[in-house]
Amino acid sequence: MRTLADLLIFVVFPGFAFTAFLGGIAAWVDRKVTARIHFRVGPPWYQTFADVMKLFGKETTVPRGAARFVFLGAPMAALAAASYAGALVFSSYVAAGWKAEFFRIGFGGDVFVAVYVLAIPSIALAVGAMAARNPLSTLGAGREIQLLVAYELPFWLAVAVPLMKSGGRIGIAEIVSYQMASGSMVTSVSGIIGFIVALLALQAKFGIVPFDIAEAETEIMSGPFIEYSGSSLALLKLARAMLLVVAPALIVALYWASPPWYGLGLLLKVSIIVAIAVLLKNTNPRVRLDQAVRFFWGPVTLAAVAAVVLAALGY
Amino acid sequence: MATLATKALKKSIWVFHLNTGACNNCDIEILDCLTPRFDLERFGIALVGSVRHADALLVTGPVTRASAPRLRLLYEEASKPCFVIAVGACACSKGMFKEGYNVVGPVDAHVPVHAYIPGCPPKPEAIILGVARLLGSLS
Repeated sequence: MRTLADLLIFVVFPGFAFTAFLGGIAAWVDRKVTARIHFRVGPPWYQTFADVMKLFGKETTVPRGAARFVFLGAPMAALAAASYAGALVFSSYVAAGWKAEFFRIGFGGDVFVAVYVLAIPSIALAVGAMAARNPLSTLGAGREIQLLVAYELPFWLAVAVPLMKSGGRIGIAEIVSYQMASGSMVTSVSGIIGFIVALLALQAKFGIVPFDIAEAETEIMSGPFIEYSGSSLALLKLARAMLLVVAPALIVALYWASPPWYGLGLLLKVSIIVAIAVLLKNTNPRVRLDQAVRFFWGPVTLAAVAAVVLAALGY
Repeated sequence: MATLATKALKKSIWVFHLNTGACNNCDIEILDCLTPRFDLERFGIALVGSVRHADALLVTGPVTRASAPRLRLLYEEASKPCFVIAVGACACSKGMFKEGYNVVGPVDAHVPVHAYIPGCPPKPEAIILGVARLLGSLS
Protein backbone atom coordinates (compact mmCIF):
# COMPACT_ATOMS: atom_id res chain seq x y z
CA MET A 1 0.00 0.00 0.00
CA ARG A 2 2.74 2.39 0.98
CA THR A 3 4.47 1.78 -2.38
CA LEU A 4 1.31 2.75 -4.24
CA ALA A 5 0.89 5.86 -2.10
CA ASP A 6 4.53 6.86 -2.70
CA LEU A 7 4.07 6.33 -6.43
CA LEU A 8 0.96 8.53 -6.36
CA ILE A 9 2.90 11.20 -4.47
CA PHE A 10 5.79 11.13 -6.93
CA VAL A 11 3.79 10.98 -10.16
CA VAL A 12 0.63 12.99 -9.49
CA PHE A 13 0.51 15.14 -6.37
CA PRO A 14 2.72 16.89 -5.42
CA GLY A 15 5.32 15.28 -7.67
CA PHE A 16 5.48 15.33 -11.44
CA ALA A 17 2.01 16.44 -12.58
CA PHE A 18 1.45 19.12 -9.95
CA THR A 19 4.98 20.53 -10.18
CA ALA A 20 4.90 20.48 -13.99
CA PHE A 21 1.62 22.41 -14.00
CA LEU A 22 2.92 25.03 -11.54
CA GLY A 23 6.23 25.19 -13.44
CA GLY A 24 4.44 25.80 -16.73
CA ILE A 25 2.49 28.63 -15.15
CA ALA A 26 5.69 30.08 -13.62
CA ALA A 27 7.50 29.96 -16.97
CA TRP A 28 4.53 31.75 -18.51
CA VAL A 29 4.60 34.39 -15.74
CA ASP A 30 8.26 34.95 -16.60
CA ARG A 31 7.49 35.54 -20.30
CA LYS A 32 4.32 37.54 -19.64
CA VAL A 33 5.92 39.90 -17.13
CA THR A 34 8.91 40.35 -19.46
CA ALA A 35 6.48 41.20 -22.28
CA ARG A 36 4.61 43.72 -20.11
CA ILE A 37 7.92 45.38 -19.19
CA HIS A 38 8.59 45.74 -22.95
CA PHE A 39 5.05 47.19 -23.40
CA ARG A 40 4.08 44.06 -25.32
CA VAL A 41 1.02 41.85 -24.82
CA GLY A 42 2.86 38.58 -24.29
CA PRO A 43 1.86 34.95 -24.77
CA PRO A 44 -1.36 33.31 -23.47
CA TRP A 45 -1.31 31.37 -20.16
CA TYR A 46 -1.03 27.93 -21.78
CA GLN A 47 2.07 28.88 -23.80
CA THR A 48 4.54 26.61 -21.98
CA PHE A 49 2.21 23.63 -22.30
CA ALA A 50 1.70 24.32 -26.01
CA ASP A 51 5.48 24.54 -26.48
CA VAL A 52 6.10 21.25 -24.68
CA MET A 53 3.21 19.47 -26.42
CA LYS A 54 4.45 20.65 -29.82
CA LEU A 55 8.00 19.49 -29.09
CA PHE A 56 6.70 16.01 -28.23
CA GLY A 57 5.16 15.84 -31.72
CA LYS A 58 8.42 16.72 -33.45
CA GLU A 59 11.29 14.64 -34.71
CA THR A 60 14.13 14.04 -32.23
CA THR A 61 17.47 14.30 -33.98
CA VAL A 62 20.63 12.75 -32.56
CA PRO A 63 23.69 14.41 -34.12
CA ARG A 64 26.12 12.17 -35.97
CA GLY A 65 28.90 11.01 -33.63
CA ALA A 66 27.01 11.92 -30.47
CA ALA A 67 26.94 9.52 -27.51
CA ARG A 68 23.37 8.42 -28.11
CA PHE A 69 22.56 6.92 -24.71
CA VAL A 70 23.92 9.84 -22.69
CA PHE A 71 22.50 12.44 -25.08
CA LEU A 72 18.96 11.05 -24.84
CA GLY A 73 19.22 9.94 -21.20
CA ALA A 74 20.34 13.27 -19.73
CA PRO A 75 16.99 15.08 -20.27
CA MET A 76 15.17 12.20 -18.59
CA ALA A 77 17.53 12.42 -15.60
CA ALA A 78 16.91 16.19 -15.44
CA LEU A 79 13.13 15.74 -15.46
CA ALA A 80 13.22 12.89 -12.93
CA ALA A 81 15.35 14.98 -10.57
CA ALA A 82 13.06 17.99 -10.91
CA SER A 83 9.97 15.83 -10.22
CA TYR A 84 11.61 14.19 -7.23
CA ALA A 85 12.66 17.55 -5.81
CA GLY A 86 9.09 18.80 -6.30
CA ALA A 87 7.65 15.75 -4.48
CA LEU A 88 10.19 16.13 -1.67
CA VAL A 89 9.67 19.85 -1.02
CA PHE A 90 5.91 20.11 -1.52
CA SER A 91 5.00 16.90 0.33
CA SER A 92 7.15 17.95 3.30
CA TYR A 93 5.36 21.27 3.31
CA VAL A 94 1.95 19.58 3.16
CA ALA A 95 2.91 17.03 5.83
CA ALA A 96 4.13 19.74 8.20
CA GLY A 97 1.25 22.15 7.76
CA TRP A 98 -1.82 19.96 7.85
CA LYS A 99 -0.38 17.09 9.92
CA ALA A 100 -1.08 14.88 6.87
CA GLU A 101 0.95 11.78 7.65
CA PHE A 102 0.04 10.35 4.23
CA PHE A 103 2.44 12.82 2.63
CA ARG A 104 5.39 11.95 4.86
CA ILE A 105 7.50 10.10 2.29
CA GLY A 106 10.37 7.70 2.93
CA PHE A 107 12.80 9.10 5.45
CA GLY A 108 10.83 12.35 5.68
CA GLY A 109 12.78 14.39 3.14
CA ASP A 110 15.77 16.25 4.51
CA VAL A 111 17.29 19.48 3.26
CA PHE A 112 20.57 17.99 2.02
CA VAL A 113 18.84 15.59 -0.36
CA ALA A 114 16.67 18.41 -1.70
CA VAL A 115 19.69 20.64 -2.38
CA TYR A 116 21.63 17.78 -4.03
CA VAL A 117 18.66 16.82 -6.21
CA LEU A 118 18.16 20.46 -7.24
CA ALA A 119 21.71 20.47 -8.66
CA ILE A 120 21.07 17.38 -10.82
CA PRO A 121 19.12 19.12 -13.66
CA SER A 122 22.08 21.46 -14.28
CA ILE A 123 24.58 18.60 -14.17
CA ALA A 124 22.41 16.42 -16.41
CA LEU A 125 22.09 19.25 -18.91
CA ALA A 126 25.86 19.73 -18.95
CA VAL A 127 26.51 16.00 -19.37
CA GLY A 128 23.99 15.74 -22.20
CA ALA A 129 25.46 18.80 -23.88
CA MET A 130 28.98 17.36 -23.66
CA ALA A 131 27.69 14.23 -25.42
CA ALA A 132 26.24 16.25 -28.30
CA ARG A 133 29.52 16.73 -30.17
CA ASN A 134 28.97 20.39 -30.89
CA PRO A 135 31.59 23.00 -29.95
CA LEU A 136 29.03 25.58 -28.77
CA SER A 137 27.19 22.93 -26.79
CA THR A 138 30.41 21.84 -25.06
CA LEU A 139 31.29 25.46 -24.34
CA GLY A 140 27.85 25.99 -22.78
CA ALA A 141 28.20 22.81 -20.71
CA GLY A 142 31.56 23.96 -19.33
CA ARG A 143 30.06 27.31 -18.41
CA GLU A 144 27.08 25.62 -16.75
CA ILE A 145 29.36 23.54 -14.53
CA GLN A 146 31.60 26.47 -13.63
CA LEU A 147 28.56 28.54 -12.72
CA LEU A 148 27.25 25.62 -10.63
CA VAL A 149 30.53 25.51 -8.71
CA ALA A 150 30.32 29.27 -8.21
CA TYR A 151 26.80 29.50 -6.78
CA GLU A 152 26.59 26.21 -4.86
CA LEU A 153 29.04 27.41 -2.17
CA PRO A 154 26.97 30.41 -0.98
CA PHE A 155 23.76 28.41 -1.57
CA TRP A 156 24.90 25.65 0.82
CA LEU A 157 25.96 28.24 3.40
CA ALA A 158 22.56 29.93 3.06
CA VAL A 159 20.86 26.55 3.55
CA ALA A 160 22.92 25.99 6.70
CA VAL A 161 21.45 29.08 8.39
CA PRO A 162 17.91 27.71 9.01
CA LEU A 163 19.40 24.40 10.18
CA MET A 164 21.43 26.23 12.84
CA LYS A 165 18.60 28.57 13.79
CA SER A 166 16.17 25.71 14.30
CA GLY A 167 18.53 23.89 16.64
CA GLY A 168 19.94 21.29 14.26
CA ARG A 169 16.76 20.11 12.55
CA ILE A 170 17.48 18.78 9.05
CA GLY A 171 14.04 17.66 7.83
CA ILE A 172 12.19 20.18 5.65
CA ALA A 173 8.93 19.35 7.44
CA GLU A 174 10.57 19.82 10.87
CA ILE A 175 12.04 23.21 9.89
CA VAL A 176 8.61 24.31 8.62
CA SER A 177 6.96 23.15 11.88
CA TYR A 178 9.63 24.96 13.89
CA GLN A 179 8.91 28.21 12.05
CA MET A 180 5.15 27.77 12.50
CA ALA A 181 5.72 27.58 16.23
CA SER A 182 8.32 30.33 16.70
CA GLY A 183 8.15 32.72 13.73
CA SER A 184 9.72 32.53 10.29
CA MET A 185 13.48 32.82 9.72
CA VAL A 186 13.33 36.01 7.64
CA THR A 187 12.34 38.01 10.72
CA SER A 188 15.86 37.59 12.16
CA VAL A 189 19.07 39.34 11.02
CA SER A 190 20.89 36.18 9.91
CA GLY A 191 17.66 34.98 8.28
CA ILE A 192 17.24 38.01 6.05
CA ILE A 193 20.91 37.92 4.95
CA GLY A 194 20.72 34.20 4.21
CA PHE A 195 17.45 34.70 2.34
CA ILE A 196 18.96 37.35 0.06
CA VAL A 197 22.02 35.14 -0.60
CA ALA A 198 19.70 32.26 -1.48
CA LEU A 199 17.72 34.48 -3.88
CA LEU A 200 20.93 35.48 -5.69
CA ALA A 201 21.97 31.83 -5.97
CA LEU A 202 18.49 30.98 -7.31
CA GLN A 203 18.93 33.51 -10.10
CA ALA A 204 21.96 31.53 -11.28
CA LYS A 205 20.22 28.19 -10.68
CA PHE A 206 17.38 29.27 -12.99
CA GLY A 207 19.99 30.21 -15.59
CA ILE A 208 18.35 33.55 -16.34
CA VAL A 209 19.88 36.98 -16.89
CA PRO A 210 22.27 38.22 -15.45
CA PHE A 211 23.54 34.64 -15.05
CA ASP A 212 22.37 33.10 -18.35
CA ILE A 213 26.04 32.66 -19.20
CA ALA A 214 25.59 29.03 -20.20
CA GLU A 215 22.67 29.66 -22.56
CA ALA A 216 23.72 33.07 -23.88
CA GLU A 217 21.26 33.10 -26.82
CA THR A 218 22.97 35.99 -28.55
CA GLU A 219 26.47 34.62 -28.11
CA ILE A 220 26.57 30.80 -28.23
CA MET A 221 23.04 30.14 -29.55
CA SER A 222 21.45 28.72 -26.37
CA GLY A 223 24.61 26.72 -25.54
CA PRO A 224 23.82 23.34 -23.98
CA PHE A 225 20.39 23.24 -25.65
CA ILE A 226 21.73 23.77 -29.17
CA GLU A 227 21.63 20.16 -30.44
CA TYR A 228 18.50 19.11 -28.56
CA SER A 229 15.26 18.81 -30.49
CA GLY A 230 11.83 17.22 -30.22
CA SER A 231 10.94 15.31 -27.08
CA SER A 232 14.40 15.60 -25.44
CA LEU A 233 14.14 19.37 -25.69
CA ALA A 234 10.60 19.17 -24.29
CA LEU A 235 11.87 17.25 -21.23
CA LEU A 236 14.65 19.79 -20.68
CA LYS A 237 12.28 22.75 -21.02
CA LEU A 238 9.85 21.11 -18.61
CA ALA A 239 12.62 20.40 -16.08
CA ARG A 240 13.76 24.03 -16.32
CA ALA A 241 10.18 25.23 -15.79
CA MET A 242 9.70 22.93 -12.78
CA LEU A 243 12.91 24.18 -11.22
CA LEU A 244 11.36 27.65 -11.39
CA VAL A 245 8.85 26.67 -8.66
CA VAL A 246 10.66 23.92 -6.75
CA ALA A 247 13.75 25.94 -5.84
CA PRO A 248 11.73 28.96 -4.56
CA ALA A 249 9.42 26.56 -2.68
CA LEU A 250 12.46 25.09 -0.90
CA ILE A 251 13.66 28.58 0.04
CA VAL A 252 10.17 29.50 1.31
CA ALA A 253 10.04 26.28 3.37
CA LEU A 254 13.46 27.01 4.89
CA TYR A 255 13.12 30.73 5.49
CA TRP A 256 9.63 32.06 5.14
CA ALA A 257 7.04 29.59 6.44
CA SER A 258 4.32 31.38 8.39
CA PRO A 259 0.92 30.24 9.73
CA PRO A 260 -1.83 32.31 8.06
CA TRP A 261 -2.87 31.26 4.54
CA TYR A 262 -0.56 28.29 4.67
CA GLY A 263 -1.01 26.62 1.25
CA LEU A 264 -2.00 29.75 -0.67
CA GLY A 265 0.73 31.61 1.17
CA LEU A 266 3.34 29.20 -0.23
CA LEU A 267 2.13 29.81 -3.79
CA LEU A 268 2.01 33.56 -3.16
CA LYS A 269 5.54 33.62 -1.77
CA VAL A 270 6.83 31.49 -4.65
CA SER A 271 5.22 33.98 -7.07
CA ILE A 272 6.89 36.85 -5.26
CA ILE A 273 10.30 35.17 -5.58
CA VAL A 274 9.69 34.44 -9.28
CA ALA A 275 8.58 38.06 -9.78
CA ILE A 276 11.80 39.33 -8.14
CA ALA A 277 13.84 37.02 -10.40
CA VAL A 278 12.01 38.30 -13.50
CA LEU A 279 12.54 41.93 -12.50
CA LEU A 280 16.27 41.27 -11.94
CA LYS A 281 16.35 39.56 -15.33
CA ASN A 282 14.82 42.52 -17.12
CA THR A 283 16.93 45.22 -15.49
CA ASN A 284 20.37 43.64 -15.84
CA PRO A 285 22.75 42.78 -18.67
CA ARG A 286 24.48 39.40 -18.81
CA VAL A 287 27.71 39.24 -16.80
CA ARG A 288 30.80 37.34 -17.92
CA LEU A 289 31.65 34.01 -16.34
CA ASP A 290 34.65 35.37 -14.41
CA GLN A 291 32.51 38.24 -13.10
CA ALA A 292 29.86 35.79 -11.93
CA VAL A 293 32.39 33.56 -10.16
CA ARG A 294 34.04 36.59 -8.52
CA PHE A 295 30.60 37.83 -7.45
CA PHE A 296 29.51 34.53 -5.90
CA TRP A 297 32.81 33.65 -4.24
CA GLY A 298 33.42 37.24 -3.12
CA PRO A 299 30.64 39.40 -1.63
CA VAL A 300 27.91 36.74 -1.71
CA THR A 301 29.99 34.11 0.11
CA LEU A 302 31.14 36.74 2.61
CA ALA A 303 27.50 37.66 3.29
CA ALA A 304 26.61 33.97 3.64
CA VAL A 305 29.48 33.42 6.10
CA ALA A 306 28.32 36.47 8.05
CA ALA A 307 24.80 35.00 8.17
CA VAL A 308 26.14 31.68 9.43
CA VAL A 309 28.24 33.40 12.13
CA LEU A 310 25.25 35.54 13.20
CA ALA A 311 23.07 32.43 13.31
CA ALA A 312 25.67 30.68 15.49
CA LEU A 313 25.64 33.69 17.85
CA GLY A 314 21.87 33.49 17.99
CA TYR A 315 20.85 36.61 16.02
CA MET B 1 -1.77 12.57 -30.02
CA ALA B 2 -1.00 13.68 -33.57
CA THR B 3 -3.90 16.15 -33.69
CA LEU B 4 -3.00 17.49 -30.25
CA ALA B 5 0.58 18.04 -31.39
CA THR B 6 -0.67 19.84 -34.52
CA LYS B 7 -2.94 22.04 -32.41
CA ALA B 8 -0.01 22.84 -30.14
CA LEU B 9 2.19 23.52 -33.18
CA LYS B 10 -0.23 26.19 -34.36
CA LYS B 11 0.09 27.93 -31.00
CA SER B 12 3.85 27.71 -30.77
CA ILE B 13 5.88 28.38 -33.90
CA TRP B 14 9.58 28.85 -33.26
CA VAL B 15 11.26 30.68 -36.07
CA PHE B 16 14.82 30.42 -37.34
CA HIS B 17 15.86 33.39 -39.41
CA LEU B 18 18.13 32.72 -42.39
CA ASN B 19 19.61 35.31 -44.72
CA THR B 20 20.78 33.89 -48.05
CA GLY B 21 22.21 37.10 -49.47
CA ALA B 22 19.37 39.56 -48.88
CA CYS B 23 19.99 43.30 -48.73
CA ASN B 24 19.00 43.24 -45.01
CA ASN B 25 15.73 45.09 -45.57
CA CYS B 26 13.51 42.02 -45.20
CA ASP B 27 15.48 41.06 -42.08
CA ILE B 28 14.71 44.41 -40.50
CA GLU B 29 11.02 43.92 -41.27
CA ILE B 30 11.13 40.44 -39.67
CA LEU B 31 12.63 41.89 -36.51
CA ASP B 32 9.89 44.56 -36.55
CA CYS B 33 7.33 41.75 -36.13
CA LEU B 34 8.76 41.05 -32.68
CA THR B 35 8.68 44.65 -31.48
CA PRO B 36 5.95 45.96 -29.14
CA ARG B 37 3.86 47.31 -32.02
CA PHE B 38 3.27 43.89 -33.60
CA ASP B 39 4.40 41.50 -30.84
CA LEU B 40 4.32 38.08 -32.48
CA GLU B 41 4.93 36.45 -29.10
CA ARG B 42 1.18 36.86 -28.45
CA PHE B 43 0.71 33.97 -30.88
CA GLY B 44 3.52 31.94 -29.33
CA ILE B 45 5.94 32.82 -32.12
CA ALA B 46 9.51 33.13 -30.88
CA LEU B 47 12.89 33.59 -32.55
CA VAL B 48 15.31 30.75 -31.73
CA GLY B 49 19.07 30.60 -32.16
CA SER B 50 19.40 26.91 -33.05
CA VAL B 51 17.89 25.40 -36.18
CA ARG B 52 17.22 22.16 -34.25
CA HIS B 53 14.52 24.01 -32.30
CA ALA B 54 12.92 25.60 -35.35
CA ASP B 55 9.39 24.98 -36.64
CA ALA B 56 9.74 27.49 -39.46
CA LEU B 57 12.67 28.77 -41.49
CA LEU B 58 12.17 32.39 -42.49
CA VAL B 59 14.39 32.65 -45.56
CA THR B 60 15.26 36.02 -47.05
CA GLY B 61 17.43 36.75 -50.07
CA PRO B 62 17.81 35.37 -53.61
CA VAL B 63 20.14 32.47 -52.60
CA THR B 64 23.70 33.15 -53.67
CA ARG B 65 26.02 30.41 -54.86
CA ALA B 66 27.86 30.42 -51.51
CA SER B 67 24.72 30.26 -49.39
CA ALA B 68 22.83 27.55 -51.33
CA PRO B 69 24.60 24.55 -49.71
CA ARG B 70 24.09 26.13 -46.28
CA LEU B 71 20.38 26.60 -46.98
CA ARG B 72 20.02 22.92 -47.92
CA LEU B 73 22.08 21.81 -44.91
CA LEU B 74 20.03 23.91 -42.48
CA TYR B 75 16.78 22.56 -43.90
CA GLU B 76 18.06 19.00 -43.44
CA GLU B 77 19.23 19.75 -39.89
CA ALA B 78 15.89 21.18 -38.75
CA SER B 79 13.69 18.67 -36.94
CA LYS B 80 10.54 17.97 -38.94
CA PRO B 81 7.82 19.13 -39.32
CA CYS B 82 9.57 22.32 -40.35
CA PHE B 83 8.06 24.89 -42.69
CA VAL B 84 9.99 27.11 -45.05
CA ILE B 85 8.66 30.62 -45.56
CA ALA B 86 10.20 32.69 -48.37
CA VAL B 87 10.11 36.32 -47.27
CA GLY B 88 10.46 39.08 -49.86
CA ALA B 89 10.57 39.36 -53.62
CA CYS B 90 14.13 37.97 -53.82
CA ALA B 91 13.38 34.81 -51.87
CA CYS B 92 10.18 34.23 -53.87
CA SER B 93 11.56 34.91 -57.36
CA LYS B 94 15.13 36.29 -57.19
CA GLY B 95 13.58 39.78 -57.62
CA MET B 96 16.00 42.42 -58.89
CA PHE B 97 18.91 39.95 -58.72
CA LYS B 98 17.38 37.83 -61.49
CA GLU B 99 20.38 38.28 -63.83
CA GLY B 100 22.99 38.18 -61.03
CA TYR B 101 26.07 36.09 -61.95
CA ASN B 102 26.27 34.54 -58.45
CA VAL B 103 22.56 34.00 -57.87
CA VAL B 104 21.34 30.40 -58.02
CA GLY B 105 17.91 30.92 -56.40
CA PRO B 106 15.09 31.32 -55.79
CA VAL B 107 14.57 29.49 -52.51
CA ASP B 108 12.15 26.91 -53.94
CA ALA B 109 14.83 25.72 -56.36
CA HIS B 110 16.68 24.26 -53.34
CA VAL B 111 14.20 23.41 -50.57
CA PRO B 112 10.40 22.97 -50.54
CA VAL B 113 8.68 26.27 -49.73
CA HIS B 114 5.39 26.26 -47.84
CA ALA B 115 4.54 29.96 -47.98
CA TYR B 116 5.56 32.89 -50.17
CA ILE B 117 5.43 36.43 -48.81
CA PRO B 118 6.21 38.85 -51.67
CA GLY B 119 7.13 42.51 -51.26
CA CYS B 120 10.28 44.58 -51.36
CA PRO B 121 10.37 44.45 -48.40
CA PRO B 122 7.03 42.97 -47.24
CA LYS B 123 5.43 44.96 -44.43
CA PRO B 124 5.33 43.34 -40.98
CA GLU B 125 1.56 43.07 -41.45
CA ALA B 126 2.14 41.08 -44.65
CA ILE B 127 4.58 38.74 -42.89
CA ILE B 128 2.10 38.15 -40.06
CA LEU B 129 -0.68 37.52 -42.61
CA GLY B 130 1.52 35.02 -44.46
CA VAL B 131 2.37 33.10 -41.30
CA ALA B 132 -1.27 33.16 -40.18
CA ARG B 133 -2.43 31.81 -43.58
CA LEU B 134 0.17 29.03 -43.35
CA LEU B 135 -0.97 28.08 -39.84
CA GLY B 136 -4.60 28.21 -40.97
CA SER B 137 -3.86 25.70 -43.74
CA LEU B 138 -2.52 23.11 -41.25
CA SER B 139 -4.90 20.37 -40.18
